Amino acid sequence: MNEALLRELVPAVIGVLVRRGADFAAAEDAVQEALIRALESWPEDPPRDPKGWLIAAAWHKFLDATRSESSRRDRERVVEAEPPSGPAAASDDSLWLYFLCAHPSLSPGSAVALTLRAVGGLTTRQIATAYLVPEATMAQRISRAKRQITGQPLDRPGDLGTVLRVLYLVFNEGYGGDVDLAAEAVRLTRQLAASTPEPEVAGLLALMLLHHARRASRTGPGGRLVPLAEQDRSRWDTTMIAEGVAILQAALARDRLGEYQAQAAVAALHADAPSTAETDWVQIVEWYDELLRITGSPVVRLNRAVAVGEADGPRAGLAELGQVDPGVPRYAAVQAYLLERAGELDRAAELYVEAAQAATSVPERDHLTREAARVRRLPR
Amino acid sequence: MAKYLLLKHYRGGPVPPNDVPMDRWTPAEVTAHVQYMDDFAAKLEATGEFVDSQVLSPQGTFVRSGGEGRPPVTDGPFAETKDLIAGWMIIDVDTYERALELAAELSAAPGAGGVPIQEWLELRPFMTAAPTVTE
Repeated sequence: MNEALLRELVPAVIGVLVRRGADFAAAEDAVQEALIRALESWPEDPPRDPKGWLIAAAWHKFLDATRSESSRRDRERVVEAEPPSGPAAASDDSLWLYFLCAHPSLSPGSAVALTLRAVGGLTTRQIATAYLVPEATMAQRISRAKRQITGQPLDRPGDLGTVLRVLYLVFNEGYGGDVDLAAEAVRLTRQLAASTPEPEVAGLLALMLLHHARRASRTGPGGRLVPLAEQDRSRWDTTMIAEGVAILQAALARDRLGEYQAQAAVAALHADAPSTAETDWVQIVEWYDELLRITGSPVVRLNRAVAVGEADGPRAGLAELGQVDPGVPRYAAVQAYLLERAGELDRAAELYVEAAQAATSVPERDHLTREAARVRRLPR
Repeated sequence: MAKYLLLKHYRGGPVPPNDVPMDRWTPAEVTAHVQYMDDFAAKLEATGEFVDSQVLSPQGTFVRSGGEGRPPVTDGPFAETKDLIAGWMIIDVDTYERALELAAELSAAPGAGGVPIQEWLELRPFMTAAPTVTE
């Protein structure tokens, strides 16, 4: 019995308990306890019917908890109650859970933690390790989140936008501890895409696959950051790229463009190019125009300036940069890059130093410091 | 075992022997420095003496309460001479001598020209829990 298979059962088992009358918070707790028991006992003693085992174990945990927390009469009422507002069919279980766990009333951090536990089937300990916080802190975050969504109606679709944002956040956290959060985000997004035809869900899945396919080439020895231009493209996962492109094309054909599809289109153009020089930068600029129209985001404007710099030369890129708010993260890094290409080496080196000081991760800081060092040594 | 904090300062400490800012090194020297730090941490994990290591961003702000019903009061950033913590490593070792030895090893990370920086690290013992047996 592998752990991934066990985790896939979690949303369905929560759904079963809720249909039997448990409220979401209690059902989720009971399934988590059953999951921990399964992780301990299954390697030695694998059950014949894993799902049946997990349902039975979780139901017992639920009854134990109900017994210890409320009077006998309350328990009987719960057990005898007709299945109320829960999902109608097992196939909807995970979709309903996605919406609930990414409820707009939750902070992003809480929604991420709850999604990883209830939809992803991770244990509190695994989530805590991945986010580098004590297990007790993560347990509190999750139980507070559950209290916050208590009483939310469960029978109507929620906001897909918040669900996608949560999955995007998980993907971007990369990986820490024994859980690969990027791979987990891909799995959860793939599962979501299987239960809804929304083109933006497909767009997000394509975006993740196209970035995930390049992962091996993005870091060098010791976690060193390798920029796109220097990546060994032979290490890109071409099967995953092909899958991402196919998913994106099918989504775009539905003619309802959104930000994730547009971002995926940019990623697809990069994935398709044999080198930075042979990249279709003109088309990338056009996609950034679309993205800017959809989001109005200053970060998009900054990325667009880089693409313009590649398509029309560094001076054009710098002119575009003039339209961007200098307070946007990585502004100095982009300015340094464009100035270096324009031949203003001293100013570029100074800006790389400035960008390194503003960096929010060690690999990025070290990379920018190295860039400053490199530009200082270029022949004048 | 006793825990110690090895505190690294961006500035504010005494000037080290090999004091060249990092952006004046070669890219390869930067890489060698980063590698040395990673190897050091990995070695301490292997010996069971590593607890934690974090790097801080140089941007910092002093904050205090502005009084009830008022927004927080902030101060800074401060002048270039102000002490600025860059990060830390926490180790759990048998003796004070071992802590000194490890701090010195970390301080010998290579800098410009591949020469050890010999930067000053601040070594601070952790307060411990109250002992069970006191007499």
